[in-house]
Amino acid sequence: MTELVLSRPVKGRSLWIDAWRRLTANRAAVVSVVYLLLMGVACLVGPLLTGHHYTTIYTDYVRVPPSLTAYPKPDQISGMLDELIRRMRVDLVAWNDQDDRISLTIRSSRPIDPRVVRYFDRSSSFADPKVETTSPDGLTLTLSTAVAKHYFLFGTDNTGRDLLTRTLIAGRVSLAIGLLAGLTAVVIGVIYGATAGYLGGRIDDIMMRIVDVLYSLPFIFLVIMLVVFFGRNFVLMFIAVGAVQWLDMARIVRGQALSIRRQEYVQAALALGVSPLGILWRHVVPNTLGPVAVYMTLLVPQVILLESFLSYLGLGVQEPLTSWGVLIAQGAKNIPSATWLLIFPSIFLTSTLFALNFLGDGLRDALDPKDR
Amino acid sequence: MLRYVLRRLLTAIPTLFLIVTLSFFLLRVAPGGPFSQERGLSPEVRANLERVYQLDAPLWRQYLSYLGNLLHGDFGPSYNLPDFTVADLFRVGLPVSVQLGASALVLALILGSILGIVAALRQNRGVDYAVVALATAGSTIPTFVIAPLYQLVFALTLAWVPVAGWGGGALVNKIGPALTLALPQIAIVARLMRGAMIEALRANHIRTARALGLGSWSVVVKHALRGALLPIISYAGPAAAALLTGSVVVETVFAIPGVGRYFVDAALNRDYTLVMGTVVVIAVFVIMFNLIVDLLYALVDPRVRYD
Repeated sequence: MTELVLSRPVKGRSLWIDAWRRLTANRAAVVSVVYLLLMGVACLVGPLLTGHHYTTIYTDYVRVPPSLTAYPKPDQISGMLDELIRRMRVDLVAWNDQDDRISLTIRSSRPIDPRVVRYFDRSSSFADPKVETTSPDGLTLTLSTAVAKHYFLFGTDNTGRDLLTRTLIAGRVSLAIGLLAGLTAVVIGVIYGATAGYLGGRIDDIMMRIVDVLYSLPFIFLVIMLVVFFGRNFVLMFIAVGAVQWLDMARIVRGQALSIRRQEYVQAALALGVSPLGILWRHVVPNTLGPVAVYMTLLVPQVILLESFLSYLGLGVQEPLTSWGVLIAQGAKNIPSATWLLIFPSIFLTSTLFALNFLGDGLRDALDPKDR
Repeated sequence: MLRYVLRRLLTAIPTLFLIVTLSFFLLRVAPGGPFSQERGLSPEVRANLERVYQLDAPLWRQYLSYLGNLLHGDFGPSYNLPDFTVADLFRVGLPVSVQLGASALVLALILGSILGIVAALRQNRGVDYAVVALATAGSTIPTFVIAPLYQLVFALTLAWVPVAGWGGGALVNKIGPALTLALPQIAIVARLMRGAMIEALRANHIRTARALGLGSWSVVVKHALRGALLPIISYAGPAAAALLTGSVVVETVFAIPGVGRYFVDAALNRDYTLVMGTVVVIAVFVIMFNLIVDLLYALVDPRVRYD
């Protein structure tokens, strides 16, 4: 008996495996993906690690510049003490600084209630105050207190909140908005475009005419109307923004669908009696996903920019919540005196947009069938 | 050709009509009205105001009378700037915005094209990477970051230019706004030109021209550039319409008396007539430039004909 030697069937390379290989060979795209992942993790986890809550106000540290060393600076302690002493309505006799603790002597014309130490507790700059000695007449008190150390790596804003924490929280909001609106646009655009392109003929004409009319309406007008309708609810608002951004997506997908519906496999499916909905779902939509993926990575930065523009106009996220756009708008208003308020959020926003753009370019190259 | 233009102009009429209708009702359905935000307005005064502007009439009648006025070229009075008609505001503001937008457009087309061509000719080398990085930066840094930075550096620190203001259109006043307006466009034009030029340089007729011994400069300018212009033209149409009708951010930051500033304020304050006027003007610009783009196509690409 002759033995049949079957060669192993040639394993085809699917579009996606192929694209993945080429994407991972593109260094800029890989760096961008890693950067975006890091940014996402930093914004999710970071606010828990900075040691500040994004709404905490440090009245002693309003608009302090960024610094790698802890606040208070040695020359600030005296000013902060004076402020506290004034509020305690006593006189400061002497104070000195020794191994992280400050000891001070206060005097008053009336007996001092030892509970005045609470003023130190309430201040965010001091901690663990103790009454060391009380003079027999009760007019003089010796106290000691620890100095609370705070790190403000990015400085603080106009109301004394930590900018690093706020930038990370803002990142959560901006990224979430970008993804949310991007996804909404993709879903609407793909369904609309695939339907128009696949059905063709008169329905296609009417559907695309509608897109044309919406195109000629000034974009910002639509957005403002949506803001008016949905109020300040930013989740709803950005679903709405996504609902405006789908126009380009619909056009791209329609063009793809027009050519897909003439392919043999679609005709085969038709001959087998697959319903139009089934063909759309099984054949048309998956085959448009390449350009859609590219467009989505370019859409997300557009939406983030749009959000920052709306926030700049005062229509975006409301305080105390914040977004990169809000921070940048506030920074731009403070520019001659407090440049860090503009610089740090701008770096975060711009670098994220950079990474998204490089990823989009990489995806486009990877999915371009001409480049094989 | 002439028949084509006429046909296009005729089809623009229903489009404009749809746009006017859609935005009219969209505006009216939105909660609030032009006089609902002023506090301390007694109901009687408000009712009187609304009667003066015929806002108490049924919606369909208001719509018909607005359409009728529009056909006569009457945009109506502005509700929030009571001494002006919408037409007055445009007469003053539109030339300023158009002037600024045109400078930005010219800047964007020239600088963007040069950058794109240089990058394409030196593909995957230092210059190319620099242009791509610059283009990415230009389209990712928001205008409202660049504009204050420009003011900080050139007006406050170096004192070369005034901080803001129009100054009757003096050149020093225009540089900053025109540049900040143009920067994102320069970035996009450079990207488009780079991509199109790379494609064009690969085409067979370019190889033939090279093989015939034409100088590389004449190949680029006379032959490749022509093919590469198409995507630029199709981008420049909508971009021109957007630039010439003013920008909210640039006009606000540089205190320029153009029309871009009105739009957002008007929409927020439900200044119905001013919003509608702006919508109409923008739509006319969009339609006009789309037509110009299609005509330019025929001029640049002999394969495109309109008969």
